[in-house]
Amino acid sequence: MTAYALTDSWTMTRRELARWARQPVQLVVNLIFPVMLLLMFGYLIGGGRGVNGEYRDYLIPGMLALTMAFGLEGTMIAVTRDLDKGVIDRFRSMPMADGAVLVGRSAADMLQSAMALVVLIGVGAALGWRVHGGPVAFLGAVGLLLLFRFAMLWIGIYLALVAGKPEMVQAVQILVWPIGFLSNALALPDTMPGWLGTVVEWNPMSHTATAVRDLFGTPGAESGHVGAALVWPLALLAVFFPLAVRRFGRLSR
Amino acid sequence: MADTAITVDGAEKRYGGKKALDGLDLRVARGTVHGVLGPNGAGKTTLVRVLSTLLRPDAGRIEVSGHDVVREAYAVRLRIGLLGQHAALDEELGGRQNLELFGRLHHLGARRARARADELLERFDLADTGRKAVRQYSGGMRRRLDLAASLITEPEVLFLDEPTTGLDPRGRAEVWDSVRSLVGGGTTVLLTTQYLEEADQLADRISVVDAGRVIAEGTADELKAETGGDRIDVVLREAGQLGAAVALLPLTGVTVDTDRRLLSAPVTDRMEALSGVVRALQEAGIEAEDVALRRPTLDEVFLHLTGDDRRVKEAA
Ligand SMILES: Nc1ncnc2c1ncn2[C@@H]1O[C@H](COP(=O)(O)OP(=O)(O)O)[C@@H](O)[C@H]1O
Ligand SMILES: [Mg+2]
Repeated sequence: MTAYALTDSWTMTRRELARWARQPVQLVVNLIFPVMLLLMFGYLIGGGRGVNGEYRDYLIPGMLALTMAFGLEGTMIAVTRDLDKGVIDRFRSMPMADGAVLVGRSAADMLQSAMALVVLIGVGAALGWRVHGGPVAFLGAVGLLLLFRFAMLWIGIYLALVAGKPEMVQAVQILVWPIGFLSNALALPDTMPGWLGTVVEWNPMSHTATAVRDLFGTPGAESGHVGAALVWPLALLAVFFPLAVRRFGRLSR
Repeated sequence: MADTAITVDGAEKRYGGKKALDGLDLRVARGTVHGVLGPNGAGKTTLVRVLSTLLRPDAGRIEVSGHDVVREAYAVRLRIGLLGQHAALDEELGGRQNLELFGRLHHLGARRARARADELLERFDLADTGRKAVRQYSGGMRRRLDLAASLITEPEVLFLDEPTTGLDPRGRAEVWDSVRSLVGGGTTVLLTTQYLEEADQLADRISVVDAGRVIAEGTADELKAETGGDRIDVVLREAGQLGAAVALLPLTGVTVDTDRRLLSAPVTDRMEALSGVVRALQEAGIEAEDVALRRPTLDEVFLHLTGDDRRVKEAA
């Protein structure tokens, strides 16, 4: 059965691609949403308290990280939808490789997030944003963003398996927003009340955003966060990956 | 062993403190259709989920096609098809896409998966709607597609969990036709239902299940003979004449429902009973609004099997 691990995972990934082809509007909306947030925070709300230099240069890496964090919702919705529709029962009753359902989910979600990064970086460039680091640092930054997304993905799968029903997703969605915004994605923690600043500095997403700013060579960026931006997602994965896999296995309880 | 497709010995499954399966036993001979008949909450879905490797039993020896459902789940999955109580399809994809997806996951390869999808769409009369998203299908079409999906590899054993619940009469007839056309191909079918008529129409043998255990087993005729077979219902114009009618009609085991001015009794010879009742009523000058023959309902089978029907008669 392991002989089919790759084939089955690819088949499950293709299933998601076929769904995108069927609902291109949905896909486009998902890709455009972070762009809307970027334009809203960058130009409409006009934040950036305490930021040295262009707010845009601070904001875009923050939005990239925020987009990865919000991916958690998309993963959760997709998994609960499959559970609710019973299609996972059909997969589980078929002689397919054990991990293929979850691998297919991961591959499709990672692909969509990579596309979201491309769109957001493209829009940033069109707005005049420039990367000042080298190409290796740039790829490193993208790598850190995707690593963070990968951690969010497995948290999403785990929460979906715990929640079970789509009705429960909303409850979790409400939590994702403060976690996303209680970070340094949009504003410097120095400008926040003491305790809030502390929370924000501890938020794993803040480390990713700061490390990405650093690697992009953003003027005035803090350095020394790349390590934390690696360790935090890996630690989250070390916890949530086995939890999610175990929970999936326990669907038969 | 070769001629036993499904073996269930003392299956137990508990949810919290509640026993969904409570020592259930079952034997299904290869190539036959076996009906599992029981009311809501009897444990039918739990049984099907255990047999199709979706749920681990707490106890019992359970084999499908000679393979243990827990220790040899993969071998079982190679040999079964499952039509769950609720559709197990990708709602956003088209009918053909669904079948191709499942075909690939059965490792047919791209070309054979496509050919098989076309074949099944044709066979289940879905060829015209193969491109439409399943979301837009009617209940009957969805059920047929779901059934097609469970037949991708021509399984040795097919599980159908309440295949027609929630369908209109037309959808039900469609599914019945499909199931009938399967039989004879050597597939063993285990079918759960709440309807005696459905078990009667489709199954060679029937297990009646209540509270997680089998309370009766046999052919439809055997079970119906046990419950007194067909019944006759007579609705009178005047409730006051019910007593007189019971006294003079050539029937035994009569139950009376005064509110509905109804008397009901088991019959053995349908035509003789019908003409005998009509003649007796006419001779006595008792006016009837309706006289009808019918099959016993599941309730009646049930009440009989659980020994509760005497109480009903006394109450009447
Ligand atoms: N996931 C579950 N959690 C708790 N109780 C359950 C669960 N599934 C079924 N049950 C209970 O087990 C019993 C049998 O259910 P089920 O097998 O669905 O019956 P049927 O399919 O015959 O209607 C019922 O009392 C039901 O409430
Ligand atoms: Mg059921």
